[in-house]
Amino acid sequence: MILVVAEQRGGTLNRASWEAVACAQQAGAGEPLTILVPGGGDAARVLAEAGAGEVLSIEHGALAAYSPDVQVAAVAQAIAQTTPRLVVMAHTYQARDYAPMLAARLRAPLLADVIGVKGAGVGATFLRPMFQGKLVAEVSPQGSGPAIVSCQIGAFRADAVAKGTPAPARVLTVTLDTPSRQTVEAPFQQARQAVDLGQAERIVAVGRGIKAQDQIAVAERLAAAMGAEMAASRPICDNGWLPMDRQVGSSGQTVAPKLYVALGISGAIQHLVGMKGSRTIVAINKDADAPIFEVADYGIVGDLFEIVPALTAELEKPR
Amino acid sequence: MKIAVCIKQVPSREWQPRLTDDRTWIREADASFEMNEPDAYALEEALRLREKHGGEVVVCSAGPARVQQVMREALARGADRGVHVDAAGLASADGFTVAAALAHAMRDEAFDLVLTGLQSDDQGHAQTGVALAELLGIPHSTIIMDVEISDGRVRVKRELEGGWFQWVSMPMPALLTIQSGINQLRYATLKGIMAAKKKEIRSVAPAAAEPGLKILGLSLPSKSKQTALIAGAPAEAAAELVRRLRDEARAL
Repeated sequence: MILVVAEQRGGTLNRASWEAVACAQQAGAGEPLTILVPGGGDAARVLAEAGAGEVLSIEHGALAAYSPDVQVAAVAQAIAQTTPRLVVMAHTYQARDYAPMLAARLRAPLLADVIGVKGAGVGATFLRPMFQGKLVAEVSPQGSGPAIVSCQIGAFRADAVAKGTPAPARVLTVTLDTPSRQTVEAPFQQARQAVDLGQAERIVAVGRGIKAQDQIAVAERLAAAMGAEMAASRPICDNGWLPMDRQVGSSGQTVAPKLYVALGISGAIQHLVGMKGSRTIVAINKDADAPIFEVADYGIVGDLFEIVPALTAELEKPR
Repeated sequence: MKIAVCIKQVPSREWQPRLTDDRTWIREADASFEMNEPDAYALEEALRLREKHGGEVVVCSAGPARVQQVMREALARGADRGVHVDAAGLASADGFTVAAALAHAMRDEAFDLVLTGLQSDDQGHAQTGVALAELLGIPHSTIIMDVEISDGRVRVKRELEGGWFQWVSMPMPALLTIQSGINQLRYATLKGIMAAKKKEIRSVAPAAAEPGLKILGLSLPSKSKQTALIAGAPAEAAAELVRRLRDEARAL
């Protein structure tokens, strides 16, 4: 049996949970699936048609606000009661916070950030990026206990889930009487996002390849000529070269414009997840092996300080 | 306050992958190495906390002899001493194995605070810090963008997805995994580099551990799209790209 651990916040299901179901179905190839919903509620009802044999809820006041201690205690007991062969979840920030603790406690191998499954059933192996996406590793869990898989957001398709008749629901009883060592406060947004990049038709984004703050003007001139909004990868915003609300990627905004032009962006996965849904992607980078070219429709390998001004000049020519 | 910072030595950003003959690991002899970037931010945060609250910063690293290069760099930036878990196999080991090696070496030091980067730029398991906290029996929080300490407790700003944050507090000792960009990094001064040569790095043998993961093979990623690469001099390439974006992709 494969156990999928779903994620929710305030009763709203994290959509990446569907992707975890898709990953589990592929890895299982017909093997029975059980879905676990810590916190239960609406999220459990929504997942009833996910093709699982059973949907298990854990209803407990201590799960109302996420904390790693309580989450690990709950999921560890669910695993002990259901004895799955494989535990699958989405590689969200929440999974990153508690899955390694869960795995360490159970002495279970944890395959994190999985992007593919090779084969199916007991001998299946898993693909995960390494070295900032420069290489892909085929990895197999060792040992006899359950293995835990967290799948990269966007790597498995939610719409690939083979849905089924509504699965029976059951409430799982667990003991959660050890208080969490962490005290959590309510989530908040730093500042109102001044720019909604999600609405932009075209985006010119800069990465480390821009090298210095005063060189950003080179990209801004291109953006002006193109009628595009400016965006950046994380290191640029970390340096304060562009404001944080211009950041595209897992910790910033997710965008899908008509045109995305990536200048000097190598294409770390944290950036790719925020922009790979763009309709047309252009990459300009000096490194022909940069992972950004894996998602680019058009690419120019070369010095962006030569190519971008030429591109700006070309766009400014009267047609 | 006694602060530990775990740092990893990883292939540098410009490194081009070359594989061993059996294609299960990289050819380390061909690689150039540097300090894992999020770990550099963790180190900086530790140095700032020491400046504010006093105490000691101990840099801990697991891996072959070569990792002492980044340990010396950390000592040059201001860390007080180092603990090196010395074993060649740890470079390619999984996150839990590395955490177990570090826990074995760090347990008796009784640190008040342990900082790590949120993940490594090599294997990217994003597990070592959290697993280390579990093995040391201390609470943790991940992807941290701010750290406040008072009355034996630590209150941290944890990054969530899509521009959301959350404050979390816990008693010390505690472990935090630090996000890049939490602070501005300092460089080593010449004085720091000289002083680092005299600072102690204690070598520790790792405890035996069963690997949790096995790398069967490494390969180049497959492309999800066929990229049309446009060659030529900058002006020609630019003209061709604009033409294709207008006529073919209809994106302009």
